[in-house]
This record gives sequence, structure tokens and C-alpha cells, in this order.
Amino acid sequence: MTPSVKRAIQDIRQNRFLNAVTIITIALSILIVSAFALFFINTNDLMNAWKRGIRIMAYLKPETPQAEIPELKKKIQNMYGVSEARFISKEDALNGLKTHMKRQSSLLDNLRENPLPDTFEILMIASSQSWERVEMLAADIEKLSQVAEVEYGQRWLERFTNIFNLFRLAGYALGALFFMAAIFFVANTIRLVLYSRREEVEIMRLVGAADSFIKMPFYIEGLIQGALGGIIGLAALFVIFLFVSSNVPQDFSTGFFHIRFLPLPVFVAVIFSSMFVGWLGCYLSLKQYLKS
Amino acid sequence: MIDSEDKSAIIRLFHVYRNYGVKHALIDITLDIFNNEFLFISGPSGAGKTTLLKLLYLAEPVSDGQILVDGLNLSRIPRKNIPFLRRKFGIVFQDYKLILTKTVYENVALVLEAAGEKRRLIHKKVKSVLRTVGMEQRLNSLPPSLSGGEQQRVAIARAVIGDPNIILADEPTGSLDVDAADLVMDLLKKFHTRGATVVIATHDKALIHKTGGRVVHLNEGRLQVTPEI
Repeated sequence: MTPSVKRAIQDIRQNRFLNAVTIITIALSILIVSAFALFFINTNDLMNAWKRGIRIMAYLKPETPQAEIPELKKKIQNMYGVSEARFISKEDALNGLKTHMKRQSSLLDNLRENPLPDTFEILMIASSQSWERVEMLAADIEKLSQVAEVEYGQRWLERFTNIFNLFRLAGYALGALFFMAAIFFVANTIRLVLYSRREEVEIMRLVGAADSFIKMPFYIEGLIQGALGGIIGLAALFVIFLFVSSNVPQDFSTGFFHIRFLPLPVFVAVIFSSMFVGWLGCYLSLKQYLKS
Repeated sequence: MIDSEDKSAIIRLFHVYRNYGVKHALIDITLDIFNNEFLFISGPSGAGKTTLLKLLYLAEPVSDGQILVDGLNLSRIPRKNIPFLRRKFGIVFQDYKLILTKTVYENVALVLEAAGEKRRLIHKKVKSVLRTVGMEQRLNSLPPSLSGGEQQRVAIARAVIGDPNIILADEPTGSLDVDAADLVMDLLKKFHTRGATVVIATHDKALIHKTGGRVVHLNEGRLQVTPEI
């Protein structure tokens, strides 16, 4: 063990309470910021899963002659961003509804007339699944004379995305605030340790120790505080994640979407960020102290 | 002892002044300290002895004048190189200035650790120097558990472990009883015979007479050269 690491560990032992408070502060900051990150990652996954299923339904006017259907299908298929246009006749739609309704399908038997319209189900190519593109395509289809109404079920998703983006911004701001608070705490801890050891620092200088030699244990202390805070914060988040994910209904998290914990690169980035917070807190304190 | 001294100056002070506001702590000090010399700076309390020593290891800056240490002009040393200057000195303080939370071994080893020496060498040298000052049995003790004389011997061990050319001692026996003071002076003389230049600031005339060596007298910040004893 190098003398600097030894001195850093000695410092942590001698100032246990102060260090514990700092590590807990960092851990709490990491927990909150990582919880936001976890929420954003999973919400993003969920929205992407929803986006992958975007379909535009074009309901035709009742008077549309059957002879025009092939021509109309060709027109829609030639539109930019369309992967497939599938015609669903009103008879097929009614049969489909009956199948879907199972036992209640007898309710539909008494209908004198089929109320459902002929429909085109339009699937989009993956690269064109942006909101702007979906809206433009829907507007183009709506302009066709045979089309009565266009609907895309995930229209609400656009509104949700906007709210999500607002949340993301709030998350960034909150994250920045918590990081600043953590830096402030580390800086104060190191400052207090420095004041409690000012005589020792002075003696070190008198016997020929360079500033870098004096600073090194404090930097190591800050990095240890940061790493421990990061690990504790992420461990707490993992426990909360296990609890929450075990309580999520099965049908919500299976199939097209799975709730997941922070991916390894994010995990590593959080630990490094936490260590950086520890280092920066030290840097600010030492810069001020040694200048004096 | 004097005959064997190399008479080239290792420390030179030219018209040095040190002022604290309007108060003059040192006035027009011009002095050569020679290689392997055993020099006393005597004078009453407040005469400027400690200030003079502090100027040598740049704990304080000169207000005017020049100081050369081993050919280096102290006014031209950049801040980042001050630690390297201080490693030329072994400094013994009246209040020992030991780190109370570190063991005897750690206090002495600190100098070599700061100089970036290898652990094996540090271990060997610390043990050797503690043996020389008679403290090898107390290397795991903390300073508060030692007597004043023992603490001063540890401070001397710390001062000499880096093989400095110059040992500066500020009232090294000031708070010691006669026996402990004699032991400390014997140690300083031992390192002097090994080649170090020793500069001792003291107000103790008896100690100067007992030990012998060149004496310069400071009074109210002015230097009065006294014949060698």
C-alpha cells in the first residue's frame, strides 16, 4: 500500500462520522439521479416498443366503389414511408370483431346492416416512424377523396412524449442540483479534515513535502468517498428495483417490453461520475486551502 | 574540528532586512556561514534569531537583501521549488513539531516519503537513524508518550534522515533538562563531525560556552560578530 493510500484510509478512520455523512450524501444523490436514469431508460424502451407498432387506419367512405380499391391501395402503397397497406373489407372487419368478442358475438347477429366501414390498415417502414412523418402521412391519406377518416391509435403517444421530455429536463436539472450538493458536501468534509490537520500539513511543508504529496491522500479520500457513495447508491437502487419489478403485473413486462436495470455502461458511468464528484470536491477545497 | 572545515560559504546573507509593517525584525544582516561550520546565533528573546532561520528555509520572505544557499538565490526560487530547497536543510524546532497522530517511525519516515524514496530504503534508513539517536526501541510510540528529550531526539532523527548539508536548530535545548540538553547537543555535534553545517539559534550562553564554535550575536535585529569561542 502506498503511503498516500495509507494516509487516506487513516484519515477516513480518524474522521469516521464526517466521512460517513459525506458518503451517505453522495449515495443519496446517486440514488435519486440513478432512479431518474432508470425511469428514463425504461420509459424510453416502452415508447420505442409502442412506436414499433404504429399503424394508420384509413376508414373509407361508404359509397366508395369496390372497383376503386386496387387503385387506391396502389396509391397508398406508393406514398413515402409506407411499408404495407392491407385492405380490410367491412365484412372481414365485422367477422374479426365477432371473433374478438367471442361469447358476446351474438349481440352482433341482430344487426340489419354492417355499420363498419371498409378500411386500409397501413404499416410504416421503421425508419419513417417519427411523429412528424406519421402526421404528414396521415394528412396525405386524409386528402384522398375515398377516405372518410384517418386514425392512428398512438396519437396520444405524441402528447406522452412531450410530457416525458419535460420530465427528462426536470431530471437533468435535479441531477445537476444533487451533484452540486454532493460536491459541496465533499468539499466541506475535506476542508474540515484539512483544518483539523493544518498543523500536520504545515509540518509536512517544513520538512520538504511538495503540495502534490500533501494533496494526494486527500484526492484518494475523495475518490474513495465517491466510489463508496456510488456503490451504496446503486445497491440501494437495485434493491428498490427488485422490489418494484417483482410487483409489476406479469402481462405488463412480458412480450414486447421488459423492465430492466441500468445497463453496464450506465452503471460504470455512474460510479465514475460519483468518483469525479469526490475528486472535484477535494480539488476545490485543496485549491483554496493550499493557496492560503 | 575547526581546522578540518572547508572554508567556502554554504549560506550567504547580503544586507538582509525583514520588516513586519513598520517594525524591523532584522536590520542589514550580512553574514557568511561556512561549509561544515558549527555556528551559534545568540541573542535575547525577540532579537530575531528565529526570524533569521525562517528566512533561510523560506518560511518567510526577506523584505530586502539577498540570501544564497548552496549557490541558490532564494529570491529567485519559484514557489513550486521551495520543497526542494527545504530538503537541503534538516530543521530542529524548539517545540519539536512532531505529528502527534503518527508514530516515531512515521514521523521520521515522512521526510523520505515526501522525497519519493523507495519503501525498503526508507525502512533501512529510519531504523539506522533511530538507532543513532537512541530511539530504536520506541519506533512504534506516539510522540505524546515520549519525554521532551526523547521527542527532540526524534526531531533530530527526522532532521538528519535526508542527509541534509545544513542542520538548522531553533532553541533545540530550550525546553529540556541539562542531561537531555547534553544528549541533544552531543547528537548535533556527531552529525557535524559527519560533515553537516550546523546552525543553532539559542539564548543559552552556558550552552554556547560548553559546546564551542563560532558565535554571532543578534540584538534588536542587528548583527554583532563575536570572537570564536
